[in-house]
Amino acid sequence: MNTELFRLRDPKRARDFQRLLSRLAPSHPVKIVHVCGTHEITIAQYGLRSLLPENVEVFEGPGCPVCVTSTQDLDCALQIAERGAILCTFGDMTRVPGSRMTLEEARAEGADVRVVLSAADAVEIARRNPEKPVVFFAVGFETTAPGTAAVLLDNPPDNFFVLVSHKLIPPALAALLSQEPREISAFLAPGHVSTVIGAGAYRPLAEEFRVPIVVAGFEPLDILYGLSLILRQLREGRAGVENAYPRAVTEEGNLRAQELFREVFRIGPAIWRGIGEIPDSGFYLREEFRDHDAQKEFGVVGRMGEEKPPGCRCAEVLMAKAIPTDCPLYEKVCTPLTPVGPCMVGAEGACNIWYRYSGRPRL
Amino acid sequence: MTRLLEEKITALHGAGGQVMEKLIAERILPKFKFRAAGPIGLDHLDDGAVVDLPPGKLVITTDSHVVKPLFFPGGDIGKLAVTGTVNDLVVMGARPVAMTLAVVVEEGFPLSDLERILESAAQVLSKLGLPLVTGDTKVMGKGELDGIVLNTTGIGVAERPISDAGLKEGDWIVVTGPVGDHGMAILCARNELPVESPVGSDVAPLWPALAEAVATGGITAMKDPTRGGLAAALNEMARKSGVGIEVEEEKIPVRPEVRGLCELLGLSPYELACEGRAVLGVREEKLEQVLAALCRHPLTAQAQVIGRTSREYSGKVVLRTAVGGKRFLEMPLGDPVPRIC
Repeated sequence: MNTELFRLRDPKRARDFQRLLSRLAPSHPVKIVHVCGTHEITIAQYGLRSLLPENVEVFEGPGCPVCVTSTQDLDCALQIAERGAILCTFGDMTRVPGSRMTLEEARAEGADVRVVLSAADAVEIARRNPEKPVVFFAVGFETTAPGTAAVLLDNPPDNFFVLVSHKLIPPALAALLSQEPREISAFLAPGHVSTVIGAGAYRPLAEEFRVPIVVAGFEPLDILYGLSLILRQLREGRAGVENAYPRAVTEEGNLRAQELFREVFRIGPAIWRGIGEIPDSGFYLREEFRDHDAQKEFGVVGRMGEEKPPGCRCAEVLMAKAIPTDCPLYEKVCTPLTPVGPCMVGAEGACNIWYRYSGRPRL
Repeated sequence: MTRLLEEKITALHGAGGQVMEKLIAERILPKFKFRAAGPIGLDHLDDGAVVDLPPGKLVITTDSHVVKPLFFPGGDIGKLAVTGTVNDLVVMGARPVAMTLAVVVEEGFPLSDLERILESAAQVLSKLGLPLVTGDTKVMGKGELDGIVLNTTGIGVAERPISDAGLKEGDWIVVTGPVGDHGMAILCARNELPVESPVGSDVAPLWPALAEAVATGGITAMKDPTRGGLAAALNEMARKSGVGIEVEEEKIPVRPEVRGLCELLGLSPYELACEGRAVLGVREEKLEQVLAALCRHPLTAQAQVIGRTSREYSGKVVLRTAVGGKRFLEMPLGDPVPRIC
């Protein structure tokens, strides 16, 4: 294996960071929010919370693309699948409850729902089934959106359609910061998304909301380093953007990928499960691509309003207002095998990760 | 006999009578070198076997084996069935004395595969000098069964039987070699992953390798980490013994190629099955003696102390991670499935 990775898990350096973090320990409680399932996996898997100063808490906010996909969008996908199209989407998506049922249940009742690993796989299915409409239910943040854009720019077959549910991360951070009273002290920004949008994308936010934002990678030392930069900023009363993942993330990001989604998508308001409508946080197909727009082709519209299972606190988990163990259903009735809310379904959902890697506030 | 009867299992093979007798006498019995552990054994084709028991407590274990694929890098279902039962006896602190083997096979199953499977089961037994004392063959209709199921029952004797519930506060936790090889080999052999297995299964009988360590009397609890891997074995031992277990991630032996692939696939090597390893609880004053005994055998020469029991976290397993963090090592949720996105 890559020796670089081992270096980023070096126990001695980790101890140095632990000492550094305790020297930087804030005098008042601090709440740091990250928005990335992979960050949460590293934090839980390596027990990083146990290395943090006592008054520092780290929450996963709306970092799981599957979890934040709205019931409305899911209902559209269900209707499309029930009308005889081949519906392709990512694995976890098939298990998330819509207002009536999950895509998996629709499949059990005869709908053709298929799991794909990329938009390109869905195009391939469309080519092999020219007599049937094939719809790619496109979920994910700025990381997966360029893949969807790329296939649309590459002359997909006429029977290929996209149901777009891609979302943007920076507007979601703004929405969390706009909540009153504001509880969030800083953000640990997601490495993957930032490789695409660049560290610079967070600068307007940091300035407007006076909040430290640090981009971090996914190895344990990446995260400890990112957290130490945040604590230092808080201590010094600074609020800026810093990049703790320079080996992958640049200031301007991946310009080619940004060009791709600008060409294909326009930006508009989107509904996030648990949070509600966030302005300028959703991607929509531009007029030039209407021939591949599943929503137009099938004329589907999701029913407004959230269906929330009784007792489920996913909404608060996604808002970084609760941790999984705050939920009365967690581990008792809600487990990855019998998920109640979306955060237990998605492999990047906080509840799912805490269950699998035994995440705890502290051990 | 028609050609069909020579090549594939048919309903006639399971129907008693001549065809069955011929199959057993010609193809099955001769493969097993040791066929009796007392006055009545396999050759008598009687209703049961009679076994002369050495002194000690009688230990019995039984297991039905299904594995997909039937043949995998490092072994096959035949080797696995016999080995699994030997290992279940050994981790109970018992010396294996005799074994039974029942074969349930689907109509149409290739005879050559059946022979290959029994041959590899026989090889393990011959090497150990362990007799197969009785057996049974059943044929089920096409589609009533997926290929073949083997059931093995083992009997052994133990001077001081060892359970998986005997851990005491302060015991050291030892694992006899790298974990996760079997699980990884099977996952890769299923062709569900885009990679070939970097390792073969570790399937191997723990007898006689563990004999000397058992004889020290220093082992307080023992378990073979099969399904659910090390994580399941440790959790069961902690829960049943009413103690906490703290293990150091850095001490747990995992082959780098297994760890690397786990990382790639989002799996935990601690949840992958082993078929040739044991997890031991060892009393402080006997630790050196047990480790020395383990190191004398190639199969257990890589034995490692991975942690210790504690009063804290009773019934739970705490993992001190590679970077010094702490978390619970939970009971695995189900069979590991590679993460896809």
